[in-house]
Amino acid sequence: MSDRTPLLEVRDLDVHLGESHVLHALSFDVARGGITALLGRNGVGKTTTLRGILGLVSRAGSVRLDGEELVRLPVHEIVRRGVGYVPEDREVFAALTVAENLALAERKGSPRKYDLVYDLFPELRERAAQLAGTLSGGQQQMLALARALLNGDNRILLVDEPTKGLSPLFVGRVATALERASHETTILLVEQNLAVARKLAGAAIVLDQGRVRFTGTVEALVSDPDLARSHLGVATAAAHA
Amino acid sequence: MLLAITGLGLGALYFLVACGLSLIWGLMRVLNFAHGAFFTVSAYCGWLAANALGAPGSWTAWLAAVAASIAAGGAFATFAELALVRPLYRRPVGQVLVTVGLALATIALVQGSFGSDPRDFAVPAWMGKTTAIAGAAIPNTRFVTIAAAVIALGLLVFFLRRTRYGLIVRAGVENRAMVSALGIDVGRAFTLVFAIGGMAAGLGGVLAATYYGSIDPGRGSAMLISAFVVVVLGGLGSVAGSAVAAVLVGLVQQFLNFYAAAGVGDFAVVILLAVVLLVRPRGLFGVS
Amino acid sequence: MSGSRLRALGCAVALLVLAALPACGVTIPGLFEGPLDAPGTLNLLALCFVFGTLALSYDLVFGYTGLLSFGQALYFATGAYVTAIALAHWNLDLPRALGITAAIALVLPLVVGAICLRTKDIPFAMVTLAFAEAGSIFVLQNPWGLTGGEEGLTLPSAALPAALVGVTNTRNLYWLALGLLAVAFVVAWWAVNSPPGRVWQAIRENERRVSVLGINPYLYKLGAFVSSAFLASSAGVVYLLIQGGANPEITSASFTLVLLVMVVLGGVGTLWGAVLGGIAYEYLDVRLLGLSSAPALANLPPFLHVPLSQPLFVLGLLFIVLVLFFPGGFAGAAQSLRARAGSAAGVR
Repeated sequence: MSDRTPLLEVRDLDVHLGESHVLHALSFDVARGGITALLGRNGVGKTTTLRGILGLVSRAGSVRLDGEELVRLPVHEIVRRGVGYVPEDREVFAALTVAENLALAERKGSPRKYDLVYDLFPELRERAAQLAGTLSGGQQQMLALARALLNGDNRILLVDEPTKGLSPLFVGRVATALERASHETTILLVEQNLAVARKLAGAAIVLDQGRVRFTGTVEALVSDPDLARSHLGVATAAAHA
Repeated sequence: MLLAITGLGLGALYFLVACGLSLIWGLMRVLNFAHGAFFTVSAYCGWLAANALGAPGSWTAWLAAVAASIAAGGAFATFAELALVRPLYRRPVGQVLVTVGLALATIALVQGSFGSDPRDFAVPAWMGKTTAIAGAAIPNTRFVTIAAAVIALGLLVFFLRRTRYGLIVRAGVENRAMVSALGIDVGRAFTLVFAIGGMAAGLGGVLAATYYGSIDPGRGSAMLISAFVVVVLGGLGSVAGSAVAAVLVGLVQQFLNFYAAAGVGDFAVVILLAVVLLVRPRGLFGVS
Repeated sequence: MSGSRLRALGCAVALLVLAALPACGVTIPGLFEGPLDAPGTLNLLALCFVFGTLALSYDLVFGYTGLLSFGQALYFATGAYVTAIALAHWNLDLPRALGITAAIALVLPLVVGAICLRTKDIPFAMVTLAFAEAGSIFVLQNPWGLTGGEEGLTLPSAALPAALVGVTNTRNLYWLALGLLAVAFVVAWWAVNSPPGRVWQAIRENERRVSVLGINPYLYKLGAFVSSAFLASSAGVVYLLIQGGANPEITSASFTLVLLVMVVLGGVGTLWGAVLGGIAYEYLDVRLLGLSSAPALANLPPFLHVPLSQPLFVLGLLFIVLVLFFPGGFAGAAQSLRARAGSAAGVR
């Protein structure tokens, strides 16, 4: 019953940022359903990959969502095809209220999942009239996630380091939210926090210097200390934290 | 008192020109040198409309002028954005340059068609009279100008705070890329902002014509410089900031021009621009 | 012969030809109203050379260093006005007047540049605009009767050496302007190919990388700013001599914008392109005005006649077309033509 074809196919994605060649003919698939983790050390190009998929940086190559080529479309058209985005650093609109931030994220024709959002993050309902710039880091992350979860017809969510700089309590809440979302949509998750990645993700893709170095399961990656050290630069003992 | 109201009146004119500039710069990062041209062309269109419809000096003629001016400003600005600015989206310096070219060409065309000398602009009789306030006789044109600017400010604030496109503009001023990443076509907001700026400049043009009793091809460029000062002072992208800054600039200019010497006010305002840019480039209320 | 030596030879030949023009009685119909040695033609050409120098100076700061300054007119006007004031009001002789002008032409951009360069990009453009506006207002206000306000300042002919006064001596002014352009071009060429010049171009490309290399971009930008301003002031002095007076139009913001048009027209970042842009602009500016009363043009229907008789309209339109379709200006178009010719001939 379940469709086995990959949801997202990235082929030969090439990105230059200024003078540096950040992504080199990057190719990988994201399976339909569940959470796929995009891992790697700092600076290998994980964020750039997400931005390349969305078209926020200029790129060459091919990105197919359910077979449809995205690379020639403008950013907003790509997003309208059902792509949700939670950027690193959240990027909520500080001068707008929480409610306005959410309203902006509403897409025409998409079912609005305010009930899901307010269930996961009740403080967003309480603080609806508060300026987003005055929220704490954790609360802003909730808002950023809520924006992506709001549209019920998102086929894939691109989530970039949602637990960065958060207290353990908020990390847990982010994990819960992502886990719930993964029942209905596919998630490509960039994470530095291996524990979170391990808990949430099934599949893993590891990048190194703008190239794919490993695809497989998170378990396989984490249970082989050599692999973990060479690809992620961490001792796997820490991953059990 | 006369000075204060005159300062407010000038401030009102500056605001009308500056608010569009501020939004265009804030949202699109385009320094629109053609804004002065929008102002001038609209004023001339208003003048033409007034002469064509209704007796000179009648209210119908004047209202026709106002309507024509606003419409012309909006139309011209929309055309400019679609035809010239949008194709140069990836070349910000090119965008500024093309507005410079447009400004030069348009003003030259106006000069060629209507001559460089100012033409009389007939205003309804009531406006030519004065009303006494606190012992000073103030020409009624000042009140009209201030009232119109306040209405425009109100409409603008309503638009920004209560409509979806206003929301898009406010968010876009802060972070344009993220707005696209929410699935919103910012290009449409760009055109809209240009159109609004054009309409405001058009209103400014016809009101300046009313205020001075004449239209003049060179006034737009002079207004543009003052408008730049207001935009930078008030903060790029902030309409409220532009309003406050416009009042400030208008008042400072009037008082200094009177109490010091003619021209000192203008000079001071320009120096103020330099100082603010050096100390706080974002302006008083700017969203950088 | 190598490419650059060929070009240098070409420049030398061009210079010789131009220098010989005043001796040449040939008439080129349409291009000029009179024969080449007529005072009117020489006057026009001299002005063209002045504007070529001015455009060149702006290219140094905008084209090579990447600083979008809207205040270049200020320095051109400084050259003209300071010399004019020194000659007309302070009754100095020419050498002393020039000395004072040179001093001010160095100090003013140093101070203004030091202040303005604390900002970057658009704020920088606006601060330079602000100072230029301040200068314009200052001139128009005619403080202490020095600048002549709106009417400008005419030079009393007694103040100048005889060789520069009078219609018959137009050729001397012509040679002066040509000499200025030649010297300016050589200086500019030497500057951009020197180590500081390379730093300027690196700054234009990527300022952060320059500072990361341990070089202080601020000083180099200031250097470009001051050199460019000094060249502009010299052009202003020659302008004054040719025109016999200074007028406030040269202080206006629209004049700097016109400068911008000149440089972009010719090709940003190429020296000879900017020179051509300046020459072309001034030529069109003067000739179009003259042409508009010519019978051929006067018979056109008003909706064609009016726009075409306004030089700024034609230039503005040309400028828009160039920016949209030929961002490299003349020079860029020439380069791509050359490239296409090269590949067509199989030289690649």
